[in-house]
Amino acid sequence: MMSSIVFIVLCLVGFGFATWNFLKIRQNVLLGQEIDRKGDAAARWKNMLLVAFGQKKMFSRPIPALLHFALYAAFVITQIELIEIIVDGVTGSHRFFQNALGSFYTFLISFIEFLSVAALIGTIAFLARRNLLKLPRLTMKELAGWPKQDANLILIMEIVLVTFIFMMNGADEASLNLTANASNGFLISQFVGPLFFGGISSTETLHILEQIGWWGHIIMVFAFLNYLPYSKHLHIILAFPNTFYANLNPKGQFTNLESVTNEVKLMLDPNADPYAAAPEGAVPQRFGAKDVNDLTWKNLLDAYSCTECGRCTSSCPANMTGKLLSPRKIMMATRDRLEEYGAGVRKNGKDFQDGKSLLGDYISEEEIWACTSCNACVQECPINIDPLSIIVDLRRYLVMEESKMPVELTGMLTNIENNGAPWQFSPNDRLNWKDE
Amino acid sequence: MSLHVPTMAEKLAQGENPDLLFWVGCSGSFDDRAKKITKALVKILNHCQVNFAVLGTEESCSGDPAKRAGNEFTFQMQAMMNIQVLNGYEVKKIVTACPHCFNTLKNEYPELGGNYEVIHHTQLIQDLINTGKLALEGGATFKGKKITFHDPCYLGRANDVYEAPRELIEKLDAELVEMKRCKTTGLCCGAGGAQMFKEAEKGNKEINIERTEDAIETHAEIIATGCPFCNTMMTDGVKNFNKEAEIQVLDVAELIANAADL
Repeated sequence: MMSSIVFIVLCLVGFGFATWNFLKIRQNVLLGQEIDRKGDAAARWKNMLLVAFGQKKMFSRPIPALLHFALYAAFVITQIELIEIIVDGVTGSHRFFQNALGSFYTFLISFIEFLSVAALIGTIAFLARRNLLKLPRLTMKELAGWPKQDANLILIMEIVLVTFIFMMNGADEASLNLTANASNGFLISQFVGPLFFGGISSTETLHILEQIGWWGHIIMVFAFLNYLPYSKHLHIILAFPNTFYANLNPKGQFTNLESVTNEVKLMLDPNADPYAAAPEGAVPQRFGAKDVNDLTWKNLLDAYSCTECGRCTSSCPANMTGKLLSPRKIMMATRDRLEEYGAGVRKNGKDFQDGKSLLGDYISEEEIWACTSCNACVQECPINIDPLSIIVDLRRYLVMEESKMPVELTGMLTNIENNGAPWQFSPNDRLNWKDE
Repeated sequence: MSLHVPTMAEKLAQGENPDLLFWVGCSGSFDDRAKKITKALVKILNHCQVNFAVLGTEESCSGDPAKRAGNEFTFQMQAMMNIQVLNGYEVKKIVTACPHCFNTLKNEYPELGGNYEVIHHTQLIQDLINTGKLALEGGATFKGKKITFHDPCYLGRANDVYEAPRELIEKLDAELVEMKRCKTTGLCCGAGGAQMFKEAEKGNKEINIERTEDAIETHAEIIATGCPFCNTMMTDGVKNFNKEAEIQVLDVAELIANAADL
């Protein structure tokens, strides 16, 4: 009875606090500008199924893809067991579904145990890649400090979680061996149980060990859930909406700035009144993005979805030739600034300003001018994040609002405006090649 | 062989509306190296008796470098002026040898009122060969030559055109060798995003050098491209390694024009 109450309180606090944090994230994402990502539901579902659920893009690098898939499958399938844990926790029963499901139950738990071992192998391999093999993309300077700790912490939490599962099932197995000379018959714990707990002759001790495993497991689950909003690991949830709302247009197509179109139409219209007052209630719109609230909500969802794997950066031509730009850092900076800006807005209201901005304080001009707009980062991202559209919007702000750009580009733009070509050639010479 | 290059204005004066507009682009019009690509394509068009025309002095920059540089104003001014001209001539179909013009005309003009079928010149040539209008005989032979294709970002990743240029290289009976980074993982030449018009930011290497190394690794005798900017960058890269004598950088249109003895 007592344990049931403790369990229910744990569930309420665990789910409640997580929900509160997830709602804050939703609020932050919605600080972004509107962008239409509705329509073509079939293509969107297909993207989500293939890219997020099926992890299609992960498999361009098969070894990490397999290890990652083990973790992913274990994570998804283990949630089935969570149903039983909740039922047992609330009612005080022990393996509630075991009798009802019979041999299917044995299969299910065995399958979970198999996946847990696969996940354990994956986790250890991932820790080794980060800390022993020191893969370049996983040890870059932008990961120094918290991002590195975050990554390791998640992996260690995984190991602890799996350990608790085997402690629970193993002690249960040993206890069954001892008292009834029987076995649960689960794939791994029927061996692991006797191996680790076979020497214990007290059923009381075994029961306590099993309880530690059980409570440890569920506490870890809630710890994990509540850790997500603070972690790069949020991708396990956001990968799904992020791929669903991903851009469906050709990657080369940059967005059209409607606000500019209206101005240009006025400029080209011989009947337009140059002295006309702005329409009533018109809010002057910023061209491009200076801060996170100028970006679209999809850019902001991208930032929260990024798990900092660095495939974008490792494929970025600017980064691999020593330039300052790292698409991953663009996403990390956007999220960091959004967290700060979002907290400020919640505290001080919509017009909150702290004198800081994404461009300048988090991302430098040098970084955004290093981009070749080659779309390699967009192509590589396993969950269809688009760092390029953020870079372009920051450029737009710099060029159109502040007229700040590398001096050669000023010349190029002047040439286009004056003579219709990025170089200084006369438009009248355009067809000279035909007779040369 | 003299080139037959009618303009849209001339065609209109004759009461004709050609099937195809050849959008030459700024590089193709003014850059000495790119002009050769332009002429190679015109030879192919003339040989196949394609009813085409160019805008000539009525053509203006598509606005691509302005848009990539972040100047949406200059881009849209260019786009709207071009669209007025194109719509005035009731243009339906456009071919261009520049993937940047290709991408901009195809993807970014529709929202501003310019709706055309836009194809890259490799797609057009592929079609001309497949329909029997162009035969690759009598000219230079590429049989067994190692050719590698450098994917222009704005043709490949930006618009998912990977096969047309490759099919053409295979039609040459050449040995198509792929670089370690190709198709979706192809490495940029370094010119896109308006980088062509500015100094590279501070780094420890030029992007075109990194990419040329990929090409040299394949031991190809020819680096084929489908973009005037990529052509410049790869040519400079090859020069950097003093390999001009061993490795040629050619546009796919030039390869085809050579093979067909045009």
